[in-house]
Amino acid sequence: MRNLIILFAFALFAFIPQAWAAEPILIGVAGSFSGDLAPYGIPPKNTVMLAAEELNKKGGLLGRRVKIIAQDDVCQPNAATIVASKLMDQKVIAVIGHICSGATNAALSVYRGKKLLVISPSATLPSLTLNGQNPYFFRTIPHDAVQAIRQADFIVDKLKYKQIAIVHDKGDYGKGLAHQLKEALKKRGITPLLFEGVTPGAVDYSALIHKLKRLRPQIVAFGGYHPEASKIVTQARKKGLKMDFISGDGVKDPSFLKIGRQFVEGYYATSPADISTQPLTLEVLKKLKARGQTPGNFGLQAHAAFTALVKAIQAAHSTDPDQIKAALQKNEAQTTLGKIRFDAKGDVIGSGFSVYQVKKGAFIAVD
Amino acid sequence: MDGQYFFELAFSGLTRGSIYALIALGYTMVYGILGLINFAHGEVYMISAFVGLTAAAICSLLGFSLWAVLLLTLLFAAAYGAAYGYTIEKVAYRPLRGANRLAPLISAIGMSIFLREYVILAQTADFVAFPSLLYNLVEVDFLSDYIGSGELILTLVSLTVLGGLFLFLRYTQTGRAMRAIEQDREMAMLLGVKVDQVISLTFVIGSALAAVGAVLISSHMGQINYNIGFLVGIKAFTAAVLGGIGSVAGAALGGLVLGLVEAFAAGYVSSDYEDVFAFGCLVLILIFRPAGILGQQQSEKV
Amino acid sequence: MRKELLRHLSTAFGLTLLALPLVGMKVDFIEKTLDWRWGRLMGVFALTFSLSWLWRYLLVHRPQQARSSPAPGVLAARAHLLVNQRVLLLLFLVLSLVPWVAGGYQVNILITAMAYITLALGLNIVVGMAGLLDLGYVAFYAIGAYSYGLLHHYLGWGFWQSLGVGGLLAAAMGILLGIPVLRLRGDYLAIVTLGFGEILRLLLENEADFTFGVQGIPNIPKPTFFGFRFDYEGGIVFLFYIMLGILLLAITATKRLQYSRVGRAWMAIRENELAAQAMGIDLTKTKLNAFGLGAFWAGVVGVVFAAKTSFINPASFQFFESAIILSIVVLGGMGSVLGVVLAAILLILLPEYLRFLAEYRMLLFGALMVAMMIFRPQGLVPRLRPRYERDKASKA
Repeated sequence: MRNLIILFAFALFAFIPQAWAAEPILIGVAGSFSGDLAPYGIPPKNTVMLAAEELNKKGGLLGRRVKIIAQDDVCQPNAATIVASKLMDQKVIAVIGHICSGATNAALSVYRGKKLLVISPSATLPSLTLNGQNPYFFRTIPHDAVQAIRQADFIVDKLKYKQIAIVHDKGDYGKGLAHQLKEALKKRGITPLLFEGVTPGAVDYSALIHKLKRLRPQIVAFGGYHPEASKIVTQARKKGLKMDFISGDGVKDPSFLKIGRQFVEGYYATSPADISTQPLTLEVLKKLKARGQTPGNFGLQAHAAFTALVKAIQAAHSTDPDQIKAALQKNEAQTTLGKIRFDAKGDVIGSGFSVYQVKKGAFIAVD
Repeated sequence: MDGQYFFELAFSGLTRGSIYALIALGYTMVYGILGLINFAHGEVYMISAFVGLTAAAICSLLGFSLWAVLLLTLLFAAAYGAAYGYTIEKVAYRPLRGANRLAPLISAIGMSIFLREYVILAQTADFVAFPSLLYNLVEVDFLSDYIGSGELILTLVSLTVLGGLFLFLRYTQTGRAMRAIEQDREMAMLLGVKVDQVISLTFVIGSALAAVGAVLISSHMGQINYNIGFLVGIKAFTAAVLGGIGSVAGAALGGLVLGLVEAFAAGYVSSDYEDVFAFGCLVLILIFRPAGILGQQQSEKV
Repeated sequence: MRKELLRHLSTAFGLTLLALPLVGMKVDFIEKTLDWRWGRLMGVFALTFSLSWLWRYLLVHRPQQARSSPAPGVLAARAHLLVNQRVLLLLFLVLSLVPWVAGGYQVNILITAMAYITLALGLNIVVGMAGLLDLGYVAFYAIGAYSYGLLHHYLGWGFWQSLGVGGLLAAAMGILLGIPVLRLRGDYLAIVTLGFGEILRLLLENEADFTFGVQGIPNIPKPTFFGFRFDYEGGIVFLFYIMLGILLLAITATKRLQYSRVGRAWMAIRENELAAQAMGIDLTKTKLNAFGLGAFWAGVVGVVFAAKTSFINPASFQFFESAIILSIVVLGGMGSVLGVVLAAILLILLPEYLRFLAEYRMLLFGALMVAMMIFRPQGLVPRLRPRYERDKASKA
């Protein structure tokens, strides 16, 4: 008998009713707030929370309060579908997120057909918008192909290099970007000398370094995040290799400069154009700092996604997804990324890439 | 074949291998005595790296010379690593002595999750910079084409520690006690060996070695986070099994073999397949020698 | 009493000392700063002090059987009687009502929970019954998921065809892997299976032209009902019932196998290989049976998983998954179906419902795993061995 009771207690445990909220407008934020990729997910959550608080102080949205529901998907596809269905159960009108492309892909299968607006600050897999299956999906970050073409143009036209090695971290962001770069270079008639992945967290990269030393590329393009990038460039410099390095936005991070110090001097990185001098952006950065938070890699993109959404809802005077979608595509919104709107596929217009170079311990725009 | 390239890769494999060996010792010693795969060993490595970072920062704030900083950091990290190993054994494994074989394994997995989260909460989930204590510390002219200062120190320290441990197990009273427990715990107990103490000591030594490895590798790679223990742990465990788990010489040999296989796979094939080669080589060796390179096939008593 | 107090004080002091460089200090090597955080350290001291009391108390009052070798207790005997056909049916009836009263979220996590129960039942065949430690079980799960993903993408196959093929493919791989590693014992087998799991994941990552690599395979459709295609909600509810059916099948199969000729052969191997061989059990065949059958369930669940998330990537099949499934089996008591069900509910639903703890969630989860093992090392519902004589004796 006791076991029967235990069993039913467990079964009941599974049906704790969800809190019911009726009044406020609910907006979801989903991403990795714990686990390996938490550093990429937490700043977007923080900036959206900040923006929502400010909005509520000013009287809310359409006369209603805005409530943010944050859900952690740990960047795993299965967790993402669970979180997505939870957000749908709670009747959110839009979701800011998800952070990783894989999780976004999985979550979109839940949102699809429900006309739920999703704006990702960071999912850069090209097919998310380009395959045309997600009409209510938008992103405030340009996708990888855009960035890769920017890199290829810079390498070939500005630096006039032809000997190129591509290295990646086997992750979905890093390998995705590296693959796009390979394609972009192919279109310009260049085959990379090397295309291979390293295992993040390996104890030593010297085998790769020796390989680079032998192949003598003029530039190494690394697709991945800053920790691996700085490890590789540091080991290369310590071995006396002098070639250039270039990476994407995953590397343009204050920690990269801090950890890599003298070894990362001269490193190129493409990244969304720097707008931190605009008044709106400066203000947000200041408020974040006052809270002891950082904008991270995608915090400003998330803030801009939220602002654009709010502006579109205000313009549409409704929470109807089709009207909001039309407003998102038609109206330019002043955001922390500058003036942005979205194209028919859902990609951002108005936020491009610049090329930066590390000079004296800071990223300086060079192109 | 390009001779220079070959030697470069060989040295690169030697560096990796000696680190794997150092950490594999912790696995192999614990396994030899308890028959337990200590999944939390990788986390001890990771925690020691964080302790090492704190120690190194304090020492350099106090203005010590580079050699002194390195030495003190190693000492501190080893002491703390040992203390953590000791505590883990006491909390998570000792109450399970005599339970079924898999219970401590699951307890170890739980411990490993706990420790990772503990470091995230206590320190940070981000990567943090670790001082490069080894770079340009020594320069050996005739070798500098093949191997940098960091790698050289790494290899030398690891090999020295390995040798020291070997002598310790071979010739000291405690070492003999350890081997006795390995062969027959009950008999050893009857003969007056303080089994609990010796088991604790095993964890202490294994963890201290992992800590030494952690400090060396971290200053070589220049950064650490809470996740660094996982891959190293898996690789070291593989090395231990490859060499014949339970055997100290086997762990050393397994580490070197694994390191060399990885380096050559990365160098001549592609680092995409480095881990595939590492595990493939493990499977192959075990098929032909089911108890590892140096392991003894136990004869069954009926 | 004073001695006791002193003992706990010194334990707490020791643990706090351990926490000192991690909790009490934070250095930044580049900025050359050192923060002391005494407040947090005091917190650790208070926490460890109280935990030390609790720990001691619980350890002293730990049930006797926990310390002795696993013996079938009274609890187990009753549990065994409990999970008979009728109770099972009742349970499934209750479960089958869930989609009508709960939202998509609950349905979603219950599918996940049922998937893990089935996975654990499959692994239980290998680890619990046949005693072969498999740390790479997730590989077969991946094979199932990828067979559906790839068959759908390249050949346009649907869920139902893939379900069978995925299961059989996984079983075939299980047997193929089994052949070379059968000579290995205990933990050597463990590491080889772990290596196999990693190799498979790496191949899925690297062979991007065929498997889509790390980008994963998107847009895998939900199952159809005789050609009828549901919308998302309908699809997930339908999948819920499919999963429920599979689970029912898995439980029935496990229970029937347990005391069948094959099942008893597995257990004989687990207890003593040599003796089993001497009794005329074909070691190779029996072990391969276990591997193949265990892998089969993983393959089937993999197909369901692919349909559920509609997106699969190699990162979903990491070692951690194998570890969790193994934990379910061991925590469940290795062999009892009820135990596996309870353990899966604990380990899969607990983190889900612990979400309110935010960043402390996984910390507590890890600590609970250790605690559960220490206080119930024989599992929630210990394995029951057939004991014919004793039953007769007690009746008499």
